[in-house]
Amino acid sequence: MDRLTLPNGLRVVLAPDRSAPVVGVAVVYDVGIRSEPEGRTGFAHLFEHLMFQGSESLEKLEHFRYVQGSGGNMNGSTHLDYTDYFEMLPSNALERALFLEADRMRGPRLTEENLRNQVDVVKEEIRVNVLNRPYGAFPWLTLPPILFDTYPNAHDGYGSFTDLESATVADAADFFEKYYAAGNAVLTLAGDFDADQAAKLVERHFSDVPPRPAPVRPSFAEPDLTGERRDSYTDRLAPLPAFAAAWRVPDPIGELAGYLPYVVLAEVLTDGDASRLVRRLILTDRTVTTVGGYIGVMGEPFGVRDPTFLVLQAHLPPGGATDPVLTAMHEECDRIAQNGLESGELDRTVARMAAQLLRDSDAVIGRCLRMAVLELQHGDGGLAASIPSLLESVTEEQVRAAAAAIVAPRRAVIEVIPGAGGSA
Amino acid sequence: MSQSVQTGLRAVPPLEPNRELILPQQAERTLPNGLTVIAIERRSVPLVELRLRIPFSRSIIDPRFLATSSLLSQTILSGTPTMSTVEIAAALQTVGGALSAGVDADRLLLSGNGLNNGLERILEIVGDVLTGANYPEEEVTTERARLIDRLQVALTQPGHLARVAMLKRVYGQHTYAMQTPEIGDVSEVSRDELVALHAARVHPAGAVLVLVGDFEADRVLDAAEAALGSWDGAGGGEELPPIPPLVGGPVTLANRPDSVQSSLRVVLPAVNRTHPDHAALQLANLIFGGYFSSRWVLNIREDKGYTYGPHSFVDHAVAGSVVIAAAEVATEVTGPALLETWYELGRIATVPPEEDELEQARQYALGSLLLGMSTQAGLAGLATAYAGSGLRLDFLAEHAIRLAAASREDVASVGARYLAPAKGAVVILGDGDVIEPSLSALSSVERTSG
Repeated sequence: MDRLTLPNGLRVVLAPDRSAPVVGVAVVYDVGIRSEPEGRTGFAHLFEHLMFQGSESLEKLEHFRYVQGSGGNMNGSTHLDYTDYFEMLPSNALERALFLEADRMRGPRLTEENLRNQVDVVKEEIRVNVLNRPYGAFPWLTLPPILFDTYPNAHDGYGSFTDLESATVADAADFFEKYYAAGNAVLTLAGDFDADQAAKLVERHFSDVPPRPAPVRPSFAEPDLTGERRDSYTDRLAPLPAFAAAWRVPDPIGELAGYLPYVVLAEVLTDGDASRLVRRLILTDRTVTTVGGYIGVMGEPFGVRDPTFLVLQAHLPPGGATDPVLTAMHEECDRIAQNGLESGELDRTVARMAAQLLRDSDAVIGRCLRMAVLELQHGDGGLAASIPSLLESVTEEQVRAAAAAIVAPRRAVIEVIPGAGGSA
Repeated sequence: MSQSVQTGLRAVPPLEPNRELILPQQAERTLPNGLTVIAIERRSVPLVELRLRIPFSRSIIDPRFLATSSLLSQTILSGTPTMSTVEIAAALQTVGGALSAGVDADRLLLSGNGLNNGLERILEIVGDVLTGANYPEEEVTTERARLIDRLQVALTQPGHLARVAMLKRVYGQHTYAMQTPEIGDVSEVSRDELVALHAARVHPAGAVLVLVGDFEADRVLDAAEAALGSWDGAGGGEELPPIPPLVGGPVTLANRPDSVQSSLRVVLPAVNRTHPDHAALQLANLIFGGYFSSRWVLNIREDKGYTYGPHSFVDHAVAGSVVIAAAEVATEVTGPALLETWYELGRIATVPPEEDELEQARQYALGSLLLGMSTQAGLAGLATAYAGSGLRLDFLAEHAIRLAAASREDVASVGARYLAPAKGAVVILGDGDVIEPSLSALSSVERTSG
């Protein structure tokens, strides 16, 4: 893996691998949902759409046509703390992909017509994913406002229709100017190329992107809860009750070693039929129909900054009650805290986690994105290769200590009350 | 920086010469028990992917079979005489692995992956499950209730409801018409029925095991034979009648009161992978609606903002293939969205595509083959899907040649033959009272019962 920084501040990571004739190219900007302005909920995501609507040298639609007409595919996604843009293509199109990313880093074409069109598209996206299906907002939009108090952490990152409709071209220009600076971005390449040649291509296309300093990233820190918080809402399409509970965890960047045990704990509790909560709640008590555990609302343990949390969530059978399940969850955490893990339990859990990480990295774009985010957030894209061994170094003592912190007074709970027919 | 950026400043770099499609090293053996094992090398990460495809078709609509096979797929990993469901999961996890099972109208599929040095252990567990799954009463009770809960949730999901209405309209009396079990039928499935279905159907004859990973292909065949050679018995799916010809006619409207979007489905005829029209049809479908840069997406999303993710694809099943165009559109523009969909289908059916449109779709199709082959999971999926049509990965090379050779005339001719709107079955799930008036302006409309 090679790293370089261009004079304009753009950080670059190159990871050649010639085992298949394909490449991945990703640009990740250090801005996400937490940074969008008040009164502009959903703006970071809306802006991501606008980055596909033409750029300095490209008309609307040309980005898609150049990528797909080269045999590739593209996408972008908006997260709490970053926004990514990426292409995967046959490797003969590497230079073209670099051109496309550099062109929109110099400037997207922000027009009233494109903005109105993409506001409509985003509203349909929200209808598909949230408003027209059961459990659409659960828990990623409904849990943070229980756990957090401040706008950056608590607000609806998909956006209210009112805020989306209020967005202006001037807002978009400001957002680009402030956050889409070369110095606020990481470019990664993975796959079938020669590192030296790729470095030359990167310089050819990105070196004249104007330098703008990265904005100062504010702290989004909030204090931990001192007592339980709880709320509920009715989902008119949901036929079964559900709930999610969250507990704050250490800073994933600043306290990585203290954070990893919580990442492992989430899997000990919920990964597969041999996990603690599946055994207890599904196979033994039969009090839940599904159970899951993960870090943060997006479930990406290696792509989120502080403050974040461990989530345990469950869908319940008809008429199921939240409290007995929460009590059982605490009993299981307490059992780990008191008695430790079973023989082989930690090793097998971590073995599966490591295999999953490797599997994600088999695709060039998976490698690209993980390296880019780690370079952006940890200053070290190479961490991608060492995460499995870091997980292996987590001790049983540390997992016990993490489990001991999953206690009732620190939890935030959101309950879904079924509003649809069924036998609930 | 502002909206007044200068444009057309720079030229887009040309492509380097196309990369050659190179097939991975592979080996194949049909064991004496009838199981075909295909081992494919991809040594990018120290993992293996496993897919076991067992024919599982039923020639007639049989709700009880559907319920039993669905519950079988949820409990086949729930225990053997020597291992509990938890022990199976723990043993797999120990080698970084996991297995899951799923069933559809054609096959039962076991899927899994794990660390490459755990392959023999994973195969051993698969062998134990195939020959010894014993469907413990406790786990069957648990999984039956969970399956019912999932079905309950599915009944509130527009995608599921639209699919149910679409299958019924398109497949009529064919077994494909019903692919989700009824809650009432599931609630009656007993452990004995699961054991009996396993005994009748879960056998190696006609089954295909695909392994992809960081290994030496020939050696892996031996490992598979050692683990699965003693799996035995005759099973196999039932012979399916071909799917019925598509009938145009009125728009089928399935009512979902208060729906904030309408689920629009247009089903059109198609051909299987080996048919001479297949490559040209794939290209015609891409140009119409099969990728982001297609006419349909650019029209109803990027121009009109009616929808988020419209897409159209060729769906291959054992008994026949169809093209399915699917979009979730805002309730108030349901009529206009159907109009634009018909317009784009009419255009692909009556006017030859432009040369550059065809080239773009062709490059996309060829590039997708390279990308699809670039991961272990992608190769496993491709090889398994192809095996279901009696094909091997070598077919990719033939298919690439046909994609490269298809002309504008070829695409125009398949467009007329398969994508003509008059041949399509239209099914729309949405708020009937709101959308019916504008749909009625375009077509006769038939509401589904219930």
